[in-house]
Amino acid sequence: MSILIDQHKRVLVQGITGREGRARTALMREYGTQVVAGCTPGKGGQQVQGVPVFNTVADAARDLGVVDISVVFVPAAGVKDAAIEAIEAGVGLLVLVPDRVPVWDTIEIAAAAKDNGASFVGPNTLGVLSPGKAVVGMIGGRAASARQWFNEPRPGRTVGVVSRSGGMTSSCGYYLSRAGVGLSTLTHVGGDSLVGLRIPDVAELLEADPQTDAIVVFGEIGGSQEEHLARLMECGQITKPVIAYIGGAAATEGTRFSHAGAIIEGGRGTHAAKVKALRKAGARVVESFGDLPEATLSMLS
Amino acid sequence: MARLYEYQGKALLAEHGLEVPEGGVVSSPAEAARLAARLGGAVVLKAQAWITGRAAKGGVKFASSPEEAQRAAADLIRLRFGNFPVTEVLLERAVVIAHELFVSVIIDDQARAPVLLLDARGGSDIEERAGSIRRIPIDPRRGIDGDRVRQVIGDSPIDRAVHQKIARAVETVIEMAALYELTSIEVNPLVVTAGGGVVAVDCRMTVDDYAVFRHPALGIEIARELDHPATELERIAYRLEQADHRGTFYFARLTTAAAPDSRGLIGFHGAGGGGSMMSMDAVARVGFTPANFCDTSGNPSAAKVYRAARVILAQGGLVGYFGSGSGVASQEQHHSAYGLAKAFCELSLAIPAVIRLGGNGEDRAVEILEDACRGLPGRVEGYRKDDTPAFIADRFAELVQGADGATWTPRARSVPAYVGRSYRFPIKGGMVWIDHERCDRPTTAFVIEHASALLRAEDGLPVLGVRDAEVAAKDSELLALEVDCRRADRPVVFVDLAIPGLD
Repeated sequence: MSILIDQHKRVLVQGITGREGRARTALMREYGTQVVAGCTPGKGGQQVQGVPVFNTVADAARDLGVVDISVVFVPAAGVKDAAIEAIEAGVGLLVLVPDRVPVWDTIEIAAAAKDNGASFVGPNTLGVLSPGKAVVGMIGGRAASARQWFNEPRPGRTVGVVSRSGGMTSSCGYYLSRAGVGLSTLTHVGGDSLVGLRIPDVAELLEADPQTDAIVVFGEIGGSQEEHLARLMECGQITKPVIAYIGGAAATEGTRFSHAGAIIEGGRGTHAAKVKALRKAGARVVESFGDLPEATLSMLS
Repeated sequence: MARLYEYQGKALLAEHGLEVPEGGVVSSPAEAARLAARLGGAVVLKAQAWITGRAAKGGVKFASSPEEAQRAAADLIRLRFGNFPVTEVLLERAVVIAHELFVSVIIDDQARAPVLLLDARGGSDIEERAGSIRRIPIDPRRGIDGDRVRQVIGDSPIDRAVHQKIARAVETVIEMAALYELTSIEVNPLVVTAGGGVVAVDCRMTVDDYAVFRHPALGIEIARELDHPATELERIAYRLEQADHRGTFYFARLTTAAAPDSRGLIGFHGAGGGGSMMSMDAVARVGFTPANFCDTSGNPSAAKVYRAARVILAQGGLVGYFGSGSGVASQEQHHSAYGLAKAFCELSLAIPAVIRLGGNGEDRAVEILEDACRGLPGRVEGYRKDDTPAFIADRFAELVQGADGATWTPRARSVPAYVGRSYRFPIKGGMVWIDHERCDRPTTAFVIEHASALLRAEDGLPVLGVRDAEVAAKDSELLALEVDCRRADRPVVFVDLAIPGLD
């Protein structure tokens, strides 16, 4: 199995007529994603790579029936309106790719999602990929690369990857695959300080997925997602093996390291504290990223 | 920085109807004496700094005369907190405190909503207070449950006559958080004065970096947290990023001196936030000290990578240049290779560089980088996704050791002699120059073949073949053309991407 995305999910692309939207639509379809519609206000009636374009998400839903996922490729300043439009049209899961979405916009998106029973990945996410099935977002770049880089699930040796870094989501998937590990789903939760699905949420989904044998986490300094995961492990809500690497050992307090969420403030969110919390909860935390595949194999046997 | 100083925050509070002590900012002892004389009576002087526990660190002083105020200001202006020297002091009329409250709004990432932190019981000790702070969620659509706020205030020993005023002050703080898109606001303490007034005695505000563009009136120059005042180089880098939003370019200085046991200061160039941090950790583990943190990612243009490399190499004392990101990049990697090659060649790089270019198109990227940089005084090596960060960090250490202690001295870029007098056309942020005097027939054919259909031949010479607007954003293609021409020993194209402040 997989979580969040597979070949049966019906996907809509908001901003499909833009540069990124077009390019990523091609990648997603080539990899196996069912892209059923696109949406750009004022461009209704057009087609992009044979995919019908609608003015609004509601129009698309009316014409085509259920839309499971909307992946959003609009400029950061327009993400809030696009996301709320999709949520109110009944889409259950959003994937918000753009970087630099203001936090208070994300707060409004979260409130709308809560009111409508929807959830979202991102903002600032590279997306979600279930090997051999489908991808939403831009993990892998080219479909051929994604096929080559990421193993499909293997009985008894399958992990789910959840990461706060987009590039490292691919990186974890690639190095694990090279070591012979199978992958259920790769999820990049987004680099922002406030995101929809967080590492602990995705870990719970992977815990419930019968095909996933272990959970691989790429964490970073800042915020409290890793500590929250450790709490879930301690109270028995996550029982599958957790293997983790935490980036930012060399980071200094008070400086933001690219990602909005990657900053140590007032002594909180340090590398040491995260490593300690996860180890105490029973996770295997590697010091060198290159040790991750071997540590994963040893936890699977 | 998107953090506001106490006096800036208080000015905003006052604008929105919350009372603050009368006073002003001074930056010299003489100014302090004049302001203290004007206010009369007891005053308090507070160093303006983004620190916690300021009073315990000697950043707050009381004075009862202009002379005392002058001396206190002189003491405060001599202070330094971390990397921040104190340059401004807030001088205010002292407030007679009857009761203190803690009022703050932060963003709760687990609830994905703002939350009010409120304590009205008046413990002055931080530990004592931590246990009594109440967390009241704020629903971004429906607001806060006013009854819960009133209950916290009602349970306090504060005179009932001011409860209404306090509730109003708390509301103002909540409103300001949303209005200015703050990631945190803290009024600690909010004071009930002996005379029954409600006054904000301290204030810290941090504006969301991504929302700063919607609040130009706040005058935030660099929307970015650093542990030191922004350096000139960081200002230059920030302006470059603001001028080009294709992909991320992030630069922060970390240190200017390596520790005694370090193997040396290095220029660090990452790609992707997580991959950059992971790579920085890998090179720090083998004993090097990154002078800076830098990240170009999100499919950056070659020009952006070039400019980042130029900024990194504007730092002196480096023993090497280490570049590595996630290593399995979704984006095509040749843009980065071209950008780095141009920067290294222009500056005639004289220290070793190890660059991990793993990801889509990595073979081509490594070939471009190594071929273009052949013959430079410093050795430049490119690596692929199957080369781990630990492996290339070790390789980097070998190369640095073999370079016999060479360190980098920033230098001006070399610009070909034909620049300024040859054929040219503008692009966004620069100018493209083509040396027609040296364009023989095969050279013209080569240039046009490698120009991504942007140039055409006219009278046997390469000229712009598309409209100005079409070529404006083609810096990546033209930069590739320049490097390819140089690799083919036909150096007739130069893309002038001058960096204001560096060139």
